[in-house]
Amino acid sequence: MKIYLKIWRQKDANSKGGMVDYTMDGVESDMSFLEMLDVLNEELVAKGEEPVEFDHDCREGICGTCSLMINGRPHGPDSRITVCQLHMRSFNDGDTIVIEPWRAKAFPVIKDLIVDRTAFDRIQQAGGYISVNTSGLPVDANAIPIEKDAADASFNAATCIGCGACVAACKNASAMLFTSAKVSQFALLPQGQVEAADRVMNMVRQMDLEGFGNCTNTGACEVECPKGISLENIARMNREYLSATIKG
Amino acid sequence: MAVLESKVPSGPLADKWTKHKNEIDLVNPANKRNIDIIVVGTGLAGGSAAATLAELGYNVKTFCYQDSPRRAHSIAAQGGVNAAKNYQGDGDSVYRLFYDTVKGGDYRSREANVYRLAEVSTNIIDQCVAQGVPFAREYGGLLDNRSFGGVLVSRTFYAKGQTGQQLLLGAYAAMNRQIHRGKIKSYTRHEMLDVVLVDGKARGIIARNLVTGEIERHAGHAVVLATGGYGNLFFLSTYAMGANVMAAWKAHKKGAHFANPCFTQIHPTCIPVSGDHQSKLTLMSESLRNDGRIWVPAKKEDAEAIRAGQLKPTEIKEEDRDYYLERRYPAFGNLVPRDVASRAAKERCDAGYGVNKTGEAVYLDFDAAIMRYGREKALTSGMKNPDDATVRKLGEEVVEAKYGNLFQMYEKIVDQNPYKTPMMIYPAVHYTMGGLWVDYNLMTTIPGCYAAGEANFSDHGANRLGASALMQGLADGYFVLPYTIGDYLSDDIRTGPISPDSPEFDEAEQNVRDRIHKLMSANGIHSVDYYHKKLGKIMWNKCGMARNAKDLKEAIKEISELRKDFWENVKVTGKAEAKNQELEKAGRVADFLELGELFAMDALHRNESCGGHFREEYQTPEGEALRDDKNFKYVASWEYKGDPSKSELHKEDLVYENIEVKTRSYK
Repeated sequence: MKIYLKIWRQKDANSKGGMVDYTMDGVESDMSFLEMLDVLNEELVAKGEEPVEFDHDCREGICGTCSLMINGRPHGPDSRITVCQLHMRSFNDGDTIVIEPWRAKAFPVIKDLIVDRTAFDRIQQAGGYISVNTSGLPVDANAIPIEKDAADASFNAATCIGCGACVAACKNASAMLFTSAKVSQFALLPQGQVEAADRVMNMVRQMDLEGFGNCTNTGACEVECPKGISLENIARMNREYLSATIKG
Repeated sequence: MAVLESKVPSGPLADKWTKHKNEIDLVNPANKRNIDIIVVGTGLAGGSAAATLAELGYNVKTFCYQDSPRRAHSIAAQGGVNAAKNYQGDGDSVYRLFYDTVKGGDYRSREANVYRLAEVSTNIIDQCVAQGVPFAREYGGLLDNRSFGGVLVSRTFYAKGQTGQQLLLGAYAAMNRQIHRGKIKSYTRHEMLDVVLVDGKARGIIARNLVTGEIERHAGHAVVLATGGYGNLFFLSTYAMGANVMAAWKAHKKGAHFANPCFTQIHPTCIPVSGDHQSKLTLMSESLRNDGRIWVPAKKEDAEAIRAGQLKPTEIKEEDRDYYLERRYPAFGNLVPRDVASRAAKERCDAGYGVNKTGEAVYLDFDAAIMRYGREKALTSGMKNPDDATVRKLGEEVVEAKYGNLFQMYEKIVDQNPYKTPMMIYPAVHYTMGGLWVDYNLMTTIPGCYAAGEANFSDHGANRLGASALMQGLADGYFVLPYTIGDYLSDDIRTGPISPDSPEFDEAEQNVRDRIHKLMSANGIHSVDYYHKKLGKIMWNKCGMARNAKDLKEAIKEISELRKDFWENVKVTGKAEAKNQELEKAGRVADFLELGELFAMDALHRNESCGGHFREEYQTPEGEALRDDKNFKYVASWEYKGDPSKSELHKEDLVYENIEVKTRSYK
């Protein structure tokens, strides 16, 4: 396949970036999207040019590191996968592919296609945990039976990989889906109840401080989420928040 | 000099850990506030250690090359975590978990460490549930279990096919709580480039800020390395792209022994290589072997027809299939340990029965499981005489609930539907049992330098059983290291802050800068990946699933030559004083080019087959591993002497007082 690429290049956080065109010959349909970029980078290195920097690590869709806008969609055209799971068979000979970094004020560009997502870490630090120390002597794990449906729903919320596709997909660059997934994981479990009110208040406050936009229920985040995190989590977080506000 | 003092406490096996905890020195809470600990790596071992040490009151700095601690490669572990809870009432116990792990490791692990691991395993589950880790549950609300290879009980706790993710997010949450309190300072996108020794003790690290390229000094009273394994030595592996041996190797060059480097786990069920462009391999969890049956065609002409695309696996009749694991190992069947399953797959493929176009793949088939689950589901749903299509549909739903994410991953990569046609799988590098030598306290041969999780060598011998890596990472980080490190630090309560301005730090920083300069100013002929791929090919072909003396000798020579070529001709683009992924890769590959040689030397010296180390010269007539306990029942611990080829071998004899050493049999 012959592929035409338009890639965002930016030297560092303080420089102005721009789109640069590249042409790739001999792209195989079995290649992953990132392997196609590996080949491009080998060609650039051979020419003595700086390769395109992009974030990636596990290359199996679980670490949440990879983060590319491909033709205007986070993680590209296929649903329920990350960029690293995308294969070139999803494209056709002669296609032009536009590759950009996540676009959000709270995710500033570091270099080329790499953005700074530490805002997500700070939201989690504000309350995304249950305050138990490691003692070696907590109650037996089976002392708290948890209804299977609740455990499964909690697990589903907990499968968020923190990639930021929800923010990138949102016209408001809102982080509600991400934040609500963590709030929901704990809200659905008895262990999480004790701190539930403080947790949601603190996490939402930090989310706002980081400069993420508001949620206007367009649902783009849910559509683009590689893990299928449900909008129900946002509804649940809103309920938790309201109830915490009333409890004051 | 008694370099290798394991410091295993005296007394009966079952009492050693409790006795040790009672006897070691403690640091009082006020003094802990004056002590700084550096933790490198934030996976299960590093993340849990950092969180627990900070809870105890120490000041902790964590370092990871990823943009968030949550992305360490523990996140990718799929199948589960073992614990001797005996919730299933199937005869499990601490002793049985200990026994299975020592036997699974082919009697090359340290008995007391493994027993402690089994002992604290139950605490891990309690701790994680208290933290809100959403493990799989049964309809009664209690925790569910499944089976893994090499054992006869169900003791594996899991969260679908994402157990590592859920456990790591638990440890990350515990870390976040301490970051919020100011007890942990987390340095992300940072890479440790050297460990700094002052008066012979580990007192800090030199790190590179990967965003700005700045070289930083960080001082502390102790350094914990929880930096994972070195499987990327093989270029293609199931490791994350960035996984590397830098921290462990730098410690090795400063005096930490490297133990059993040749003990590598080749995992039997990975998605096969598809072409030259391949950058990494993807694991299909061992949990799939609970339900999947592994087979190849019994007739060579069928295998040839499949490779030529003229025959489909579903067209091969039951009697023309060779379920070779069930045939060779009736007692354990598809759930034999990983090393055994991998070699058996290689044996069939080498004999010409492989099933993909390269001839290097076998089938993992869920058809029987789908129909079995479907019939059960039909019965419990009140259907008396369901037709086959209904049974199949119900069965597929059950299988999807159990392994859905794995099936989806497979379909995305291979473009085939594993519900309808068997998966194709082949072994791939997955884990390294070898690592930094540590004593019972997890301290390396450098005082004050600890190694936890996959980075150390102690618990898995020559072969790790499934679902034991998560167990070991969390055991080390939550329950072992936080105790044992206090014993060492109790001598440091009057030391005061460690200064990063000493001559030792000056020298270490200068060495780091010189090395970066050397990488940036080589002749610039070949890319870093060119060398990495070449090294990977040597390792896989000559130090892989089957090894022999001739190949290993060649590998040693070839790696040494490749290393020389690398330093003369590597091409690193960009600048050192900025974000530069090529430079990051170059530093990592430079270390692999040294470790590779030691790896081959270790494999060459070990004239026996054990666990993942299979030497073709040492096998039974049936092709099983032939161990030599008389001559090799020891840990091979290598001391660096200026060049990998000059490394000096030390031996820690392995003593088994509580378990009978016998030939491993899964028949």
